[in-house]
Amino acid sequence: MRNTSLLAFSGLVGAGLLLAIAGSPGAKAENDPVYEVQAGRVDQHTFNGYRRYGESCLRCHGPDGAGSSYAPNLTESLKHLSYDDVVNVITNGRQNVTKSQNNVMPAFGTTEDVILYMDDIYGYLKARSDDKLPRGRPKRIGDDS
Amino acid sequence: MKLKRTLLGCTMMLSVAAFALGSPASANDELQKLQGDANQWVMPTGNYANQRYSALDQINATNASKLHPVWSFSTGVLRGHEGGPLVIGNTMYVHTPFPNNVFALDLNDNGKIIWKYEPRQDPSVIAVMCCDTVNRGVAYGDGKIILNQADATTVALDAKTGKELWHVKNGDPAKGETMTMAPMIVKDKVYVGISGGEFGTQGRFTAYNMKDGSLAWNAYSVGPDEGMLVDPVKTTNMGKPIGKDSSISTWQGDQWKTGGGSTWGWYSYDPALNLVYYGTGNPSTWNPTQRPGDNKWSMTIFARDADTGMAKWVYQMTPHDEWDYDGINEMILADIPVKGKQTKALVHFDRNGFGYTLNRETGELLVAEKYDPAVNWATHVDMQTGRPQVVAQYSTQQNGEDKNSRNVCPAALGSKDQQPAAFSPKTGLFYVPTNHVCMDYEPFKVSYTAGQPYVGATLSMYPPKGETNLGNFIAWDAGQGKIVWSDPEPFSVWSGALATAGDIVFYGTLDGYLKAVDIKSGKELYKYKTPSGIIGNVTSYTHNGKQFIAVLSGVGGWAGIGMAAGLGNDTDGLGAVGAYKQLSNYTQLGGVMTVFGLD
Repeated sequence: MRNTSLLAFSGLVGAGLLLAIAGSPGAKAENDPVYEVQAGRVDQHTFNGYRRYGESCLRCHGPDGAGSSYAPNLTESLKHLSYDDVVNVITNGRQNVTKSQNNVMPAFGTTEDVILYMDDIYGYLKARSDDKLPRGRPKRIGDDS
Repeated sequence: MKLKRTLLGCTMMLSVAAFALGSPASANDELQKLQGDANQWVMPTGNYANQRYSALDQINATNASKLHPVWSFSTGVLRGHEGGPLVIGNTMYVHTPFPNNVFALDLNDNGKIIWKYEPRQDPSVIAVMCCDTVNRGVAYGDGKIILNQADATTVALDAKTGKELWHVKNGDPAKGETMTMAPMIVKDKVYVGISGGEFGTQGRFTAYNMKDGSLAWNAYSVGPDEGMLVDPVKTTNMGKPIGKDSSISTWQGDQWKTGGGSTWGWYSYDPALNLVYYGTGNPSTWNPTQRPGDNKWSMTIFARDADTGMAKWVYQMTPHDEWDYDGINEMILADIPVKGKQTKALVHFDRNGFGYTLNRETGELLVAEKYDPAVNWATHVDMQTGRPQVVAQYSTQQNGEDKNSRNVCPAALGSKDQQPAAFSPKTGLFYVPTNHVCMDYEPFKVSYTAGQPYVGATLSMYPPKGETNLGNFIAWDAGQGKIVWSDPEPFSVWSGALATAGDIVFYGTLDGYLKAVDIKSGKELYKYKTPSGIIGNVTSYTHNGKQFIAVLSGVGGWAGIGMAAGLGNDTDGLGAVGAYKQLSNYTQLGGVMTVFGLD
């Protein structure tokens, strides 16, 4: 787990409060991974999260975590799910198959490209969810391009 | 070619010598005869030539404005509805996305359900379907309805009762192998393909015997010669023998085993040449640096003997793909003048943005021109070598891993995706639903795990710089390689087209309109907003002597990724030009078939 920016942390606390009001079990825990955004640029972990998201998540959850016609908008979901909830769903997957819904999230528990970078992916999506990061490819802190 | 009952129609058809069917002496006379009857729609592609043309003309450019919905049918399924219904006699067969229900509807009794087939499938397969749980329809032949289920099971049903007659496992969802494509039946065999290019599957084209579902043969897209059913001497590429180990010599080590080349598009068949045609998909992964070589025969047009499966010729459109220009789009067979010479042509609108015209007998490349002016990744196709001339700036291989290649056109969904184009023998032109979308593409290293995404690139998509429309519907002259007219559409056009002898072309839009446009000018004659976005294909048939138009609505598929928030990057200020109209502001999910007619 990594734990860096104060700025990001305060954003998370804000989200945590909202969750608490909503009665969600997912309050912000002290060692949840966080992201760093400086003048619209992100740290290497968050950037890697963006790329790993593109690898394993984009084809269902859409560009930039924005959702699709068949998978939820993660920038919304992460307002309601705790870090542990997110890790649990990514690791074990989940099924919501009813007469009207056919939503199945695969288990990524044995997928190296996901499990090794879980915190990076979470941090990226959390930054998106907290409105700290706009859509599109983020620029890295210290990068020219 | 659809044979029309009226003399007028026949004369027209003969005068333009559309596409001559082979000798009626072939084994499956029934389907060959039925596909020429415009009153029915007996195969997903309209006819064997994949022309999506109806010789019916009751609904025509003069009266199209009087069209209106006459009945509709809810499929009860929410996800993306691709493909379209079949009409055999007085029965209409309608399919759905997962769980892949099939309905037989009685046209004599207001669409009453004669039977319903509901497969039992492990829903975990949904998780390994690339881009929504679409299915492109069922095939009819020999009194059977053939369905390809999501879980890679091919099932034969009794067309009269819906009772299962046989089933066969064509792949393993645990390895990411699924099925979405519509089968094609030729003689005593049914051809099926496999999806899973984003999971590192080894693509293949498979024939099962219609009688009992036993395997007839299996032809891989990549790998050793025997497995691919190619002959180093007799199978040709650009007129020359392909030689020994033509595929594995273009891959590093064993990479061909997870090499992709899936086969999920629409197939076509020329009875006279006894050849079946299809395209193979992208090589896995999307990261080109990880798989050096031309990666043959991914991204390839295959012509195979319909009986033995042996490849007669191949043509690789995008050697060593660097953009996911998945080459599965349909091959349309038509006899047209090409640069002044009457030709047995194969016309193909590839994802890579080039419209190809080949001699379908020899595989000779005749025309390769951009069918969207925005296409920029290659300057042109070298007609001697057949290779696209890649522009360095847009080469994700040359830019390298972890580098973002910007403003590449088209985007990975291609200038056109699977949504099939139509051909009118009356005008000699092709009517093509297109995407007008560009992308940033950044490849990176990934590892292969069976049944897990094997993608290795991330991308953002947006309309070409300075433009606002994400799609066009165009008329194309395949003999010259030129756009004849082009109708801009706010969203990608993701619906299969239908051209008719009534001088109309029909297509659907992502915001849910069924549109009829004048075949000569593209001028809109009629539109109607169906309950959801249209990614299905338009079909025509008659019942009790009256012509009807049917289309499935139900937004989703790859197009559905733009549903939530539109495409693109709001940091580039592109939003200012109004491009990112969120599709979700226009339409919601839900599968409905709507049937249109005149009074």
